[in-house]
Amino acid sequence: MSLILIIEQILNGLQFGVMLFLMAAGLTLVFGVMGLINLAHGSLYMVGAFAAAAVAGATGSFVLALIASLAAAAAAGAIVELVVIRRLYARDHLDQVLATFALILIFSEGTRWLFGSFPLFLEVPRYLSGPVTLPGGIQYPLYRLAMIVIGLLIAAGLFWLIARTRIGIQIRAGECDREMIAALGVDISKLYTLVFALGAALAGLAGALVGAIQSVQVGMGEPVLILAFVVIVIGGIGSIKGALVGALLVGLTDTLGGVFLPRFFELFLAPASATSVGASLASMLIYILMAAVLLVRPLGLYGGRT
Amino acid sequence: MKPIRTLALATSVMALATAALADTKIGMITTLSGGGAGLGVDVRDGFMLAIDNAERDDIEVVIEDDQRKPDVAVQTSDRMIQSEKVDIMTGIIWSNLAMAVIPSAVAQGVFYLSPNAGPSALAGERCHENYFNVAWQNDNLHEAAGAYANDAGFENTFILAPNYPAGQDALTGFKRMYEGELADEIYTKLGQTDYAAELAQIRASGADSVFFFLPGGMGISFLKQYADSGVDLPVVGPAFSFDQGILQAVGEAALGVKNTSQWSKDLDNAANVAFVEAFQEEYGRLPSLYASQGYDTANLILSALEKADVSDKDAFRAALREADFDSVRGDFRFGNNHHPIQDIYVREVIKEGDVYTNKIVATGLEDHADAYASECKM
Repeated sequence: MSLILIIEQILNGLQFGVMLFLMAAGLTLVFGVMGLINLAHGSLYMVGAFAAAAVAGATGSFVLALIASLAAAAAAGAIVELVVIRRLYARDHLDQVLATFALILIFSEGTRWLFGSFPLFLEVPRYLSGPVTLPGGIQYPLYRLAMIVIGLLIAAGLFWLIARTRIGIQIRAGECDREMIAALGVDISKLYTLVFALGAALAGLAGALVGAIQSVQVGMGEPVLILAFVVIVIGGIGSIKGALVGALLVGLTDTLGGVFLPRFFELFLAPASATSVGASLASMLIYILMAAVLLVRPLGLYGGRT
Repeated sequence: MKPIRTLALATSVMALATAALADTKIGMITTLSGGGAGLGVDVRDGFMLAIDNAERDDIEVVIEDDQRKPDVAVQTSDRMIQSEKVDIMTGIIWSNLAMAVIPSAVAQGVFYLSPNAGPSALAGERCHENYFNVAWQNDNLHEAAGAYANDAGFENTFILAPNYPAGQDALTGFKRMYEGELADEIYTKLGQTDYAAELAQIRASGADSVFFFLPGGMGISFLKQYADSGVDLPVVGPAFSFDQGILQAVGEAALGVKNTSQWSKDLDNAANVAFVEAFQEEYGRLPSLYASQGYDTANLILSALEKADVSDKDAFRAALREADFDSVRGDFRFGNNHHPIQDIYVREVIKEGDVYTNKIVATGLEDHADAYASECKM
């Protein structure tokens, strides 16, 4: 196990974590500000990927495809908020889970109806394809580096938005006491729509970025959604900082665990059983991490509210 | 609630009425919604093409979606057997669903013809006289890939598959035939879509080639990332990641990859030429491996119905066993465990105009039977 391989795997974990952050950021804002469990967040990720694939297929431009993914997911998010989600804020979590689960089914079958049953094609643009050589002789795909950079830029932008702008103040205030800021004259329902659309847009962008190196198909959002929930539970609900730290922790744990656990078991088990035991344990690792974090900090790493 | 119940009653009465008209009732349970729907749609379309071509008005096909969920598949099959009284069942794509449905269906006296899933458990000791597999036993295409790896002179192959029964069958099948060294053997998570970590391991392993079994979306992701990673080793795999439905989504990354299949659209026999042409005309797309399996399954049923009535179970079973139909894959017969004995080919991904497709470059295994046949007492 060379140092180069270890560094490469850390980069992989970082990249995975950054993409998880884009998903988790929207989820944690919606959960934190509106108190809403949105299972359909994964569908917005899928909407972004399909919009990107459709636009890239029609125009051949990856930049346009990314813009389309942001726009389509934000629009889908805003419509869903206005039509469905708005009626759920006062309901309990079970109703929200049921309604948003119904949205998953509607989105999935609607997408299948529009685009057909077969996966769509979306590829990495020429100028980002292929590997680059990093200092130390590490070969790493340029596209994945670009994903890390884009993700970190968006994280920085979100921090700025939440901490330094008027909207950010309103979002934070809404999180603390929604009646009070409504009484102060802030249009709370418009704010909610905005936050929901923002979260949706980020999920859509993640879908498009990931779709270029994975498969764009119906149901692609649900596995990521589960991980995103793990991230916000670890990070603390409602905290953007928690979402970033949680996402990176989950990304690194998942990637490095999958690589090194089988190696570790090989030290004292036969290779065949080491592989399967290691692989099984690696897939449990993030949930073990979540349980450990919750034992020490029941509200998550940065969850301040009770 | 009341009108719905009345409506349901009305539909079931109507269903009973049509059941009285048709002599043979076929129940198809397959995946028609969600992520795996492409495979089920292909099986259904291939199957219905053959049924429609036969122009028989004494056959009724009931088609239901299993949503790729074992519990849904079991409920649907119970309903088909008990209240709709189907004679023959078919359609299931996934091995875990097959294991949930087939043993109880055949035990209730229904014939089951699998157009895809061929779990090893049903090929050996638990084989059944009413269960026929028209596609392959799960290990078969992987065995052919192992044989091809020997022919191609691979000596140090890196192999990977998802950590679930069909994935373990795959690596077992490959290793059964492959004679070289293994650079490493990895089980990935089922449904995993990011293979950056595995690609880094492949790069570091010093392997001279890669074998992978990653069906559906997993394969698309792997191939795209493989092409982008700068790893430049020859790749071989079973046809499941290179079928007509997903090749367009993989694109250029798949060009030149060798894959093993019992069928290819360029197989030169009269039945296949007619099938490919009719399928394209009917559905406006090229048929896949799955469509060919659906088509063969329907033709097998039709050939048996020519000889025997389905109500005479022994005669119908004997007629099925003869497999007296023109398979689109060429020669086809059943072994003692009702699984195919057939040639398995090596195909290469090529581009025809704007469409990515496969062409046959070699025969991987001739007249190949599965490894479990001897355990079947039949």
